[in-house]
Amino acid sequence: MKPYLRDHTPVLLSEIPDAPSYEAGFLVSKNAGWRSTRPVIDTEKCTGCLMCYLHCPEGVIYKAGGKVAVDYDFCKGCGICVRICRAGAIETEAER
Amino acid sequence: MSINVRDLNESEFFYGHKACAGCGGSLAVRIALKVLGERSVAVLPAGCMSAVGFNFPQLCFANNAIISTFAGTASMLTGIEAGLRAKGVSDFHAVGFAGDGGTADIGLQALSGAIDRNDNIIYICYDNEAYMNTGIQKSSLTPFGARTTTTPAGKNIRGNVKDKKNMFEIVAAHGIPYAATASIGYMNDFMNKVDKASRIHGTKYIHVMAPCPTGWGHEPCETVEIAKEAVDCGLWYLAEYEDSEYILNRNVKDFTDISQYLRKQSRFRHLRDEDIEYITKSRDAKWNEIRTKYKTV
Amino acid sequence: MARQFISGNEAFASGIRLAKPHVISAYPITPQTVVVERLSEMVEDGSLRSEFIHVESEHSALSCAIGASSVGARAFTATSSQGLLYMAECLVYASGGRFPIVMMNANRSTALPWNIYGDQRDSLALLDCGWIQAYVKDAQEALDIALMSYYIAENERVSTPFMANLDGFVLTHTYEVVDVPESDRADLFLPPYETDNRLDLENPRNLAFSAGPEYNAAFKYKEHAGMMNAKQVITEAEARFERIFGRKYTGLIEEYRTEDAEYILITLGSIYPLACETADALRTEGVKAGIIRIRYMRPFPAVEIAEAVSGAKAAAVLEKDISFGNEGTVYTNVNSALHTAGVRTVTSDYIGGLGGKSISGNDIRHIYDRMMSGVSEVRFIGIDDRSGEGGDAS
Repeated sequence: MKPYLRDHTPVLLSEIPDAPSYEAGFLVSKNAGWRSTRPVIDTEKCTGCLMCYLHCPEGVIYKAGGKVAVDYDFCKGCGICVRICRAGAIETEAER
Repeated sequence: MSINVRDLNESEFFYGHKACAGCGGSLAVRIALKVLGERSVAVLPAGCMSAVGFNFPQLCFANNAIISTFAGTASMLTGIEAGLRAKGVSDFHAVGFAGDGGTADIGLQALSGAIDRNDNIIYICYDNEAYMNTGIQKSSLTPFGARTTTTPAGKNIRGNVKDKKNMFEIVAAHGIPYAATASIGYMNDFMNKVDKASRIHGTKYIHVMAPCPTGWGHEPCETVEIAKEAVDCGLWYLAEYEDSEYILNRNVKDFTDISQYLRKQSRFRHLRDEDIEYITKSRDAKWNEIRTKYKTV
Repeated sequence: MARQFISGNEAFASGIRLAKPHVISAYPITPQTVVVERLSEMVEDGSLRSEFIHVESEHSALSCAIGASSVGARAFTATSSQGLLYMAECLVYASGGRFPIVMMNANRSTALPWNIYGDQRDSLALLDCGWIQAYVKDAQEALDIALMSYYIAENERVSTPFMANLDGFVLTHTYEVVDVPESDRADLFLPPYETDNRLDLENPRNLAFSAGPEYNAAFKYKEHAGMMNAKQVITEAEARFERIFGRKYTGLIEEYRTEDAEYILITLGSIYPLACETADALRTEGVKAGIIRIRYMRPFPAVEIAEAVSGAKAAAVLEKDISFGNEGTVYTNVNSALHTAGVRTVTSDYIGGLGGKSISGNDIRHIYDRMMSGVSEVRFIGIDDRSGEGGDAS
């Protein structure tokens, strides 16, 4: 369970609710454009300790096969994961 | 039984929000909701977390969540808890997430009322030590010396001249069933305090230190380290109040260097040695009091 | 049906007992306090099963009610004067959130100078907050409106909070014989509150969110539409009420001898019975006098007032309000309605009863004298000076 991107953004008057009240977790835009650098996981070095997952303010690091992976749609590139990783398994790469 | 990262709920309840990169407050909200789970009803007053999480049609909470008035976090929680109970709904957590201004300034009256009534709610104050959403203005939880946009550091006045209010002890003085301080630099401690709060009936208050790179002037990647360092240098402490007793969770024997902590943040960069000396003395006085008044473990 | 000798406040509390709110948030302020005292007694003796919350301010009273309403619970609170102003932020919150909370307001003067007695400056200052505003004339109507208010507010076409106004002391503290319906009859009238606009554990929602420039006006448009829909739903509620309880109400306005009236006094609240008596007396003297009582200030009965006034030579508003630097707010609203409808009747505004000063039959007669003289004026009444010209406010 998590908020996810929808294919349709409500625009018309008839699509806008009568009250400021709507389905929970309704996303229409990504945060990827915020990044100047991106964290890249070296799965060889990753010990699966999950400290990056625990400390990510975005919640974009998720468990994947005993290791972790990043949802780049919503990663802002803050670099907390890079600093917290004791195994040195997360590198910073410049966004092109 | 303690909770750890491995058995943390894998759902993400606060996702896709527009908080600044490296935001400590959003991390506190995210983790607390993972601990409390999908039957959480979250109340967030006007402030950073509501501004970044609820801009129609981008709605970033997977659980039930609502913005309250700035002053009304606790009173809205009261109404939600009473309303659901009156409708026969059980097994839910009414949880509030308010910043330092929303808690210690404008929301204090409502919070005091809720504690006085012992309403069955969890109130989490994410403390980033100023009104960050409006652009870094002083609150009553801004520490001594900090430069904010309403406590400028100039030739005549060097930032905030007031000491930080102790919300934890103010809350405890109500005789609340459970109160705690925490830090996102000590995440296991925070998670377990949230978990503990969720198992206690009545009003629960957790005050979690959550650095703000934008307002504190540190790199976004340093948020968690700075939060940890605040505890290690003794300017913040990890404690609980339960059964009318104060408990110090982390009795720091050798403090790390205060000036090192302060110098990492641009909000303190103007401080002179005498200011740092004052801050150090205040810390030592507080810790003397803590070691006398609090039970140490 | 039991006949009881009770005050306006007690009548309103009895109506709320019949509406069975899930949550009542209570904070004392004169002259509203008796309402929450009686409700607390009903909760204590088991005749009302509500969560009774002793909040620590009026801001929290309404914030708590909003919280309750946001989970689909029926909520009630009550206030007056400074308390109403203190919770003003929450008023727009409740209406913007489309939370159909009911609140009784004991109309009372606002400081400064301090004064605990009745005028209508408190609620009229907040006319634009998006709440339905009713003004009642007696204790029976207080009880009946308490019950009807939930039917109207909670109707899904309306979804708008409801403020019922009772003149402080004159109505809140005056004892009258009131028919108090049986609870099962009230249940027949008022269906349970059902809404999708709620935090729902089985179907999570995000509520009370932000909406930027692109979306904001759409929400406000819908909020206005909800209030306008209340006109129709008020009519439906009153028809249903009459079927079940036999008492008839007349929609947004109440008229007395206006059919052939040449001179019409327009007023609101508890002064109405005295105004009607005075009109009767004037009729015996050959003056074709009529009275309009505005029952709802929002939604505003623009069409109804214009229609009722259209044949008259002159109309005067008598109101317990002044919008400083302009005129009474009721007058502004009435004039706008007449202008829009193309009604050319000469109008005047008489501001009286401020801070609880009583308005006498002679004051009303004096207003009729002024109307018949053909003047159009804005004037405070009861401001005495030796010239007799005191009170000119134009």
